[in-house]
Amino acid sequence: MSSQYLDLYRTQRALIDEHAAPVLNAQREAAAEVLQRVGLSRPKDYTHVDPEALLAADYSINLARYVVPTDHNDLFTCAVPELSTSVHYLVNEQLVSHTREGADGVFSGSLREFALRYPDVAARYYNRLAMNEEPPYDVRSQGTNVTAHRPLGEAALNTLFCQDGFVLYVPEGVTVERPIQLISLLRAVEDFMACQRILIILGEGAKASVLVCDHASQLRACTLLSLQVTEIFAGAYSTLDFYELEEHHADCRRLSSVYVEQQEGSNVAVGQYALTAGQTRNRVYIDLCGHDANTRLYGLCIADRTQKVDNITYIRHRAPKCQSDELFKYVLDEEACGSFVGRILVQEGADKTDAHQTDRNLILTPQCHIVARPELEIYADDVKCSHGATTGQLDPAALFYMRTRGIPEAEARLLLMFAFMGDVIDGIRIEPLRDRLKHLVEKRFRGELDQCRTCAIKK
Amino acid sequence: MSLLEIRNLHASASGKEILRGINLTINTGEVHAIMGPNGAGKSTLSAILTGNPQYEVTQGEILYKGRNLLEMKPEERAWEGIFLSFQYPIEIPGVSMVNFMRTAVNAQREYRGLPALTATEFLRLMREKRAVVQLDNKLANRSVNEGFSGGEKKRNEIFQMAMLEPTLSILDETDSGLDVDALRIVSDGVNRLKSAERSTIVITHYQKLLEYVQPQFVHIVYRGRIVKSGGPELGDRIFTEGFDWVKQEFDAS
Repeated sequence: MSSQYLDLYRTQRALIDEHAAPVLNAQREAAAEVLQRVGLSRPKDYTHVDPEALLAADYSINLARYVVPTDHNDLFTCAVPELSTSVHYLVNEQLVSHTREGADGVFSGSLREFALRYPDVAARYYNRLAMNEEPPYDVRSQGTNVTAHRPLGEAALNTLFCQDGFVLYVPEGVTVERPIQLISLLRAVEDFMACQRILIILGEGAKASVLVCDHASQLRACTLLSLQVTEIFAGAYSTLDFYELEEHHADCRRLSSVYVEQQEGSNVAVGQYALTAGQTRNRVYIDLCGHDANTRLYGLCIADRTQKVDNITYIRHRAPKCQSDELFKYVLDEEACGSFVGRILVQEGADKTDAHQTDRNLILTPQCHIVARPELEIYADDVKCSHGATTGQLDPAALFYMRTRGIPEAEARLLLMFAFMGDVIDGIRIEPLRDRLKHLVEKRFRGELDQCRTCAIKK
Repeated sequence: MSLLEIRNLHASASGKEILRGINLTINTGEVHAIMGPNGAGKSTLSAILTGNPQYEVTQGEILYKGRNLLEMKPEERAWEGIFLSFQYPIEIPGVSMVNFMRTAVNAQREYRGLPALTATEFLRLMREKRAVVQLDNKLANRSVNEGFSGGEKKRNEIFQMAMLEPTLSILDETDSGLDVDALRIVSDGVNRLKSAERSTIVITHYQKLLEYVQPQFVHIVYRGRIVKSGGPELGDRIFTEGFDWVKQEFDAS
């Protein structure tokens, strides 16, 4: 299946390179070799989204950097009240807003420009996590094809065609006060694949928060695939909040891989919120490389109709005294399918690790399907670890109790579903965003969030 | 005029027959006590009256305000003024008392064609009714019954009753697990809501609550039927002699 992309790459190499920076171009040959060798991810019996099948379709890719005509004011506003953000726009994978570079050395904007202006920095970070073939530290998988555990093929495919993307670079000791909001819009009139790329680099003691809103506007019936790679480097004692909100329509496909590398004392919160999706597979890899690093990985998924959402997470404790707190919740209705595959690995020497994972799922009809696979592997002494996964229905006793107070059944169900998501939403560390997500989740449960209406996309 | 008429009510849960022909009429303004040994069917009766889907009515009928009660949904019964103080109030983590009560009160108001209360009006009402049962303000800000003590849960039930001002209140062992002080607070709350327009059914094992609430009628339920009815003196006899004489009388017949 990967051959169609390799052929395209080989025939169009000159065109791709022409519109990109040397740092990006330098990675392509190695990526082609990897893709040829490992291919795309094969479906697993515990996941629902099949990357290989999704990528088999004949998508167009915007190699010539044809600019989709857009005017920000005309296009959309994604309002988070009370939250003053620095907004950037990605239309398909292209950055259409202006790069900003402050006197404090903070760079936010185009990956292409960043790679042209700071080739050394870009080369040091770009693709270091995504294309890392280091075998996972895993006793069980010794002797088996270890690369199968990582979506190397998809990362390679993204690297093959990546020409631009978004970069946030925060130098040592600098705090970015205003959250950075990246509004990513898929917009096409034929089957289209966007190779979205995000790179976030925080120097020692730096602080920033990033909110990515994934949207799609459907001008005509077609399949839109967003193939995303996000690499995050959190320097020592840095603090980062990285939240991704997905509001896609039924014909959207999202294959996302987020890689995080944390140094000592760093504090990172990652949030994955799938409000509406077609087929989505989110992978999050977090490496705790320095001691006393802290991670919070939270996610929610609300799916109905025939939507499919897989979350595959992997937190590696590689250094002592790190903490990780993971919480995922699903509410599935109608014929929706979901998977949660969460692995926590505590390596030898990562003593005094404090790692907790919780996955809770509500399924509202007998037609829904959920797979929960919590995995905990510990090779260190003196650790505190826990994991738990539960799947169930709305509590009939609570429903009846509410109805005896005069709360209509539909409203009672809604209050219970909303309450179920409470702790995931409360895990968001930016208050206005927390309120906004509360509002969106409530609208979603009320069925008033059909595609991107809240973001007021003007057609 | 009769508010509630139960005629030959038979009901079962999981295929097991629990009520075997209950007949009971309650008029407006009356207070009825229902007593009986454990497992006699007292709580089942309250579950049937409020429409608990776990129970199935197999025979008989219930008229409430002249309407067929069994055709009404639980929420509709609430709007029409039926309230049950649960024997074991349910904890609902994540749903705040304020949100829960506001949704309930406004749903009732909508049914009655009244505009929704504003936030200020609602909070004033909450404050006023909280005082009735001396419910701590911090409880009102917590999730419904979550982390409440046994006594707080029962007081919370009476608080909800005060908020919803029901026409027919059913107190299912509201006194169980209460200390003397809490019992007095709860009883005071119940008494304050008594009026000529409202009726109350008190299900209890204890004398104390009946001393406070003073029912005009006492019924003994045994093996799914009301086997004896009388005035307050019937309650007194139960408290001194227990249920054995009732059982013997019934089992012999």
